[in-house]
Amino acid sequence: MVESISALTLARMQFAFTVSFHFIFPAFTIGLASFLMVLEGLWLKTGRDVYHQLFQYWVKIFAITFGMGVVSGIVMAYQFGSNWAVFSDKAGPVIGPLMAYEVLTAFFLEAGFLGVMLFGLDKVGKTLHFAATCMVALGTAISTFWIISVNSWMQTPQGYGVNADGQFFATDWWAVVFNPSMPYRLAHVLLAAYLTTALVVGGAGAWHLLKDRRAGNPPREGTKIMFSMAMWMAAIVAPIQVFVGDEHGLNTLAHQPAKIAAMEGHYRSFPGGPGGGAPLILFGIPDDQQQVMRYKVEIPALGSVILKHDADGALAGLDTFKPQDRPSVEITFWSFRIMVGLGMAMVAMGLWSLVARARGTLHSSHWLHRMALVMGPSGFIAVLAGWTTTEVGRQPYTVYGLLRTVESVSPLAAPAVAASLLAFVIVYFTVFGAGTYFIIKLMGHEPHPGEEGPTRGQGADGITRTAGITPAVQVNPDAVLAE
Amino acid sequence: MAPNDTLTLIWAGIIALAIFGYVVMDGFDLGIGILFPWLADKVEGGDDRNTAINTIAPVWDGNETWLVLGGGGLFAAFPLAYAIVMPAVYTPLIAMLMGLIFRGVAFEYRARTTRLWIWDRAFAFGSVLAAFSQGVILGAVLQGVKVKGRAYAGGWFDWLSPFSVLTGVSVVAGYALLGACWLIYRTEGALQERAFALAKVAGVVTLVAVVAVSAATPFLYHDYFSRWFERPGIFLAAPVPIMVGVTALLFIRALRDRRELQPFLLALALFLLSFIGLGISMMPWIIPGQISIYDAATPANSQSFMLVGVAIMLPIIIGYTAYAYWVFRGKVGHDGYH
Repeated sequence: MVESISALTLARMQFAFTVSFHFIFPAFTIGLASFLMVLEGLWLKTGRDVYHQLFQYWVKIFAITFGMGVVSGIVMAYQFGSNWAVFSDKAGPVIGPLMAYEVLTAFFLEAGFLGVMLFGLDKVGKTLHFAATCMVALGTAISTFWIISVNSWMQTPQGYGVNADGQFFATDWWAVVFNPSMPYRLAHVLLAAYLTTALVVGGAGAWHLLKDRRAGNPPREGTKIMFSMAMWMAAIVAPIQVFVGDEHGLNTLAHQPAKIAAMEGHYRSFPGGPGGGAPLILFGIPDDQQQVMRYKVEIPALGSVILKHDADGALAGLDTFKPQDRPSVEITFWSFRIMVGLGMAMVAMGLWSLVARARGTLHSSHWLHRMALVMGPSGFIAVLAGWTTTEVGRQPYTVYGLLRTVESVSPLAAPAVAASLLAFVIVYFTVFGAGTYFIIKLMGHEPHPGEEGPTRGQGADGITRTAGITPAVQVNPDAVLAE
Repeated sequence: MAPNDTLTLIWAGIIALAIFGYVVMDGFDLGIGILFPWLADKVEGGDDRNTAINTIAPVWDGNETWLVLGGGGLFAAFPLAYAIVMPAVYTPLIAMLMGLIFRGVAFEYRARTTRLWIWDRAFAFGSVLAAFSQGVILGAVLQGVKVKGRAYAGGWFDWLSPFSVLTGVSVVAGYALLGACWLIYRTEGALQERAFALAKVAGVVTLVAVVAVSAATPFLYHDYFSRWFERPGIFLAAPVPIMVGVTALLFIRALRDRRELQPFLLALALFLLSFIGLGISMMPWIIPGQISIYDAATPANSQSFMLVGVAIMLPIIIGYTAYAYWVFRGKVGHDGYH
């Protein structure tokens, strides 16, 4: 089996696997860091213990997720060299500096202030602690800026030249960093991260609302607040995301028409003119071998309306590209539909929450809670599906139109890549599976008055060791008495 | 677009600084993982493992970031070297990453489980694996790799040799030494006593390893040999072993006098001297005998673009890192900082 798979295929599988795993963590921590910042800000502003409770509750989950993000990210940083050496040599002069800036302006900032954020509250005081939380949140945002800049340059390269060694070099750094697809991609990814976090927070809130209801307890204040905040976020951000996604699509059409053709499932071109516009294919079974879409369900002219804002607009299909320059429709078509479908469900949930809020049933509508619970992990799925769409749609290139994936790979033996792929699969599922278990265990408890922050070195006896910190727990005596 | 030699030299310095920064910062916390099996756990009636973890919990994330700066900086400033070295050390590189994964998550997980022993072992195993792999990578680069054109041309087990295993063991011993000295500095009581004993053992092993690696290195390449034993290199090189000897004597005295901070600083000095020794052997080669820093350098405008960032950001980074260390200063008991 292994002998028949090339080192290239294995390297691609390995990259897809490790980057997908990695991407899950920042997609969550980017939004969660901002959520923590808002919670602590509200705590400082209002002095209400419930916000501190929620901060302490979510910061523990943040610590685990961040830890997993760091270690899986280090793998990514080194994998460029280990598996994609030719790419590293050729594209290094352009994207290397951007990644160096990510380390200098973001990674150190996050990591440096993380310790203060997790353990420093009674050492530095509330104001400085809040500053540390802000720095961590800022770090995650800056990190997103640089890595999206790198990825976008690989999608829509500009501002470069090629030297005698075949290396890309920058002729205009401004153009490299702010390449044509970068602003759209950055907005799309940041919003996706906020949505993902909102959906997880909302799902956890919904779970506890349902559980309290079943047990006949009134919902706790902290649970109500986090569910409400999550639903606001979904109601506001999901529609904005649809708009940004549409704009991003138009940008992709302008710069990567083959990707759009694959996403839409158009193997053939549409000439435009009266009745010649492209339909919107809702569903179908793509057949890359025969280059046809089977069993398709389509709405006439809607494809042209969406992409050209004109029912009779012409749209290029994959037949305008040489066979060796076409991305896979089979993967792109489906991953795109998963992303869009989930996005629509998010919009629907947001609207529903607004209706429930207006009726005063936000915390009692158990069908809404059930939907929020089911939608809890949907952000991760949508993010991975979207990522798959854009990355597979870029194929067969690593640097779009300039450097082919087949020319980017390291001179490695297939068994070496196969062995490391196997090791990654085993280790990732074990280690990150355990992490997910710990996170779910944490989310299984309801936020409560006197919620403690992260602890290290907890003993087997369950006694909490707090790295020297007695957390400045602000216990609300009334809430304790009420329990 | 010819790379500018001065810029290239500056960048070689920055990468060297990042790698040394990594060794200084992450070395001691990896060392604590390596020493973990010799620290008392709850079952034995102590709580030393928790105390040791508490000394590094707030800072390890920042420490590990230096590794990303080293790798990322190499990628950015010397992409050709990155493209050749990484495939050449593929297996130990993957092993290092696996080790770092286990170690990195064990920090978080061991605080959340009753099955402590699993993550304690994962922490120790990950630390040893990461340290050993880093040493092997160092040895593999020192002994040289096969290059054809702009790519690695060797097999996927070329890195394995008695020399690379020796450097692997040396790094494990050296990190253990840093870890033990760090514990002497940051703890007290029974754990500090244990750390003194461990520092003595790790110190002896490290010194033997330094001598062995130093003795073997000049025979890897004629170029290394001539730098260490022929004029004019010998004038630059000779003070290094002498200073290693002096540092070793001071270290032994510091342990005997029960000094608390001195052993850690002297252990760092030992690392710095070894690092300078490596520099003397290798400069200006990145791939010995084949690719120099000037061959591997990225175009000058990439170097200068990044240099702006380094010039502005590095002092700021060092500033807030120092702040974070200062916040969590002082002796750590198993219940925390005093």
